[in-house]
Amino acid sequence: MIDITVLTDHWDSYMIGLRNTLFASLMALAGSFVLGTIIAVFRISPIAALQVFGTAYVELFRNIPLLLVVYMFFLGLPAIGIALDGFVSGTLGLMVYTSAFIAEAIRAGIMAVPQGQTEAARSSGLTYMGTMRYVVLPQAVKIVVPPITNQFLNLVKNSSILGVVAGLDLMYYGDLVNAETYNTVDTYVFVALFYLIMTLPLAYASRLLERRLARSG
Amino acid sequence: MDFGQAYSPDNLRFLMEGLGMTLRLAFVAIILSFIVGCLLGVIRYAKMPVASKLIGLLVETIRNLPLLLLIFFARFGLPELGIKLSPFWAAIVALSVFEAAMISEIVRSGLKSVEKGTIEAARASGLTYIQTLRHIVLPIGLRRMVPPIVSQFISLLKDTSLAVIVSLAELTHNANIVMGQDIAIVLPTLMLVAAIYFTVNYVLSIIARRLESRPT
Repeated sequence: MIDITVLTDHWDSYMIGLRNTLFASLMALAGSFVLGTIIAVFRISPIAALQVFGTAYVELFRNIPLLLVVYMFFLGLPAIGIALDGFVSGTLGLMVYTSAFIAEAIRAGIMAVPQGQTEAARSSGLTYMGTMRYVVLPQAVKIVVPPITNQFLNLVKNSSILGVVAGLDLMYYGDLVNAETYNTVDTYVFVALFYLIMTLPLAYASRLLERRLARSG
Repeated sequence: MDFGQAYSPDNLRFLMEGLGMTLRLAFVAIILSFIVGCLLGVIRYAKMPVASKLIGLLVETIRNLPLLLLIFFARFGLPELGIKLSPFWAAIVALSVFEAAMISEIVRSGLKSVEKGTIEAARASGLTYIQTLRHIVLPIGLRRMVPPIVSQFISLLKDTSLAVIVSLAELTHNANIVMGQDIAIVLPTLMLVAAIYFTVNYVLSIIARRLESRPT
């Protein structure tokens, strides 16, 4: 049977871990959204240099492990004299990594709006910015919302990477509780429950949005 | 930054051994997760009573947990339940369970994407349910599943790096040890390891893209 005292006796540890996980996730989420939008704009801009940079960024970070990105901040920056702790480097790594996926989602959304509409808008006299604002973006947002929600879900799960670099998150505090209780199964069942509390609503929201947007066309 | 020391023959050999372990890990996990994922996906698609619901619940739970937690649990939690696994097999079990859950979702939605009319036409022309599944739904659905499944395999290859927490000697783990030698070789080592992961995955993603653009 599950030993509930593992949870009740170490409630504070779980709560600090949960709070830090949420905090890291929200910061990385906001950051990766901003960064991802900028990279997506780079990728669809008519300026070749920006396009190349955007593409390189997305391809690089999508094809290397998150842990390696976190190591770049955690181990790489100290090597050039900038010391960051596990929490900060974990959050920064998470942000940079996720932004590549968000950039792709945004770009795919914008590309999904038929070219004919852009041309029609332009020929009816709208400027490039006007076309983007009134024709392309309102449609793209609808397409983009479900995959971005999905990325946020991944982000919350991926935030457990902070545990590897002593980032004081839920995973890390689970380790501490485990070291005190010698009860790995129960300790991590509760850690799992806290992750599910965060991720399941996001999974549900993503599916709901997808279905609703599919219906509204 | 000391590239010479970082890329010494000994270090390179050690990193290549790590890459070997990473590829072995990924290969076994890819095969296992593909088989299990397809099975679970078909059962859920076919809406088998009770089984579909149970699998659905299980898949939903696993998909929404961090993989790191599963690896940790497989290595240190399962022994408490009487199942002892070496670091390699703990990583394999966790990776396979996690990716199988992902693949089962891909398979299920791939099968679901086959148009109702196509299925009805097959049934009306006299094919049984199993025949329809085998000759119509699976071939059409499978072709649509190829790109997302390859993407999932890329994820899996990257995810093998999480086996660091059970001290398995894969690429990231070995890189970590190399970097511990001297602060001057941290950045060159990180760059090299990033380049290795990137190359392997980029080749995979080019294959995926080519499959995607092929008319279906």
